[in-house]
Amino acid sequence: MPPKGRIEVNEDLCKGCELCVMNCPQEVIALNMERMTKRGYHPAELAKPGCTGCGICATMCPEAAITVYREVIQKPA
Amino acid sequence: MTVPELDSEQVAVYQRPDALSDTNTHYCPGCTHGVAHRLIAEVVDEMGLRERMIGVASVGCSVFAYNYFDFDFVQSPHGRAPAMATGIKRVLPDRIVLTYQGDGDLASIGMAEVVHAAARGENITCIFINNTNYGMTGGQMAPTTLPGQKTTSSPNGRDVEVNGYPIRTAELLSKLDGASYVVRRSLHDPKNIRLAKKAIRTAFEVQKRGLGFSMVELLSICPTNWGMTPRQAIQWLEEKMIPFYALGDYKVNPSVADIKI
Repeated sequence: MPPKGRIEVNEDLCKGCELCVMNCPQEVIALNMERMTKRGYHPAELAKPGCTGCGICATMCPEAAITVYREVIQKPA
Repeated sequence: MTVPELDSEQVAVYQRPDALSDTNTHYCPGCTHGVAHRLIAEVVDEMGLRERMIGVASVGCSVFAYNYFDFDFVQSPHGRAPAMATGIKRVLPDRIVLTYQGDGDLASIGMAEVVHAAARGENITCIFINNTNYGMTGGQMAPTTLPGQKTTSSPNGRDVEVNGYPIRTAELLSKLDGASYVVRRSLHDPKNIRLAKKAIRTAFEVQKRGLGFSMVELLSICPTNWGMTPRQAIQWLEEKMIPFYALGDYKVNPSVADIKI
């Protein structure tokens, strides 16, 4: 099973450019069209389960707004 | 929908680099200037150079770069960043000096400065952002504008009979003996962004070892002035710019091959 992960998007920095959305290999990131940031953009967020914490969204993000977490896989002793 | 928190132990695998300040950038949504800033900041953090780093910003969209990096930065007159960096490096040879320039700055008004800095083999690093137009002033034609490309000052497309041909800066500088490391990379997909980061790292290592002039040209998008969405702009870069500005290593000094990253 692939590792589980999650992302946190800093909404003060996100400008809704969708570069993370178009490059996400799991296609789990989307813009939240119901909300706006204080700068007037629709922020990106994790919309579905299935994030593996690969970090490609953070590699693409021009604003360095994404923090990526990944679960630690416990190896059997 | 809300995504459930992970119950198992988790680690942060990617965080905003410390060498970037927490300021909001003034760049348009999707502008790859931000990616270039982030890569430089990541490399500076990895190499532990923050206390020794001096950046020289240019005129153009990158004029406010000093607000976004959390290390010493100065801002030079239009095109004169390599000249200013030369002075800084000669007075403070233990510092790592970086210039951050766009194509309107480096390839147009500042062409003489960068050519002579490379010819003298100044031990500085130039990060050159090529987005085929003058971004800050409203998308006018630059020396790097592709033949036939429409800009605000070439509304019928760049006519090479009248306006001449675009300048391939990396190829031009690679012919100079003083240049040690001249490469071109692109910022349009994760793979190329990683390669670009490696090139920036190598360029700083070249400078650290005193091997001479290094330049990394980064192909970038300018969605606002190209009149496209970031998604279309990435596609345009891939289809139009890369065939003209071929990616690759144009000059690699034999001693650079010893650098292992």
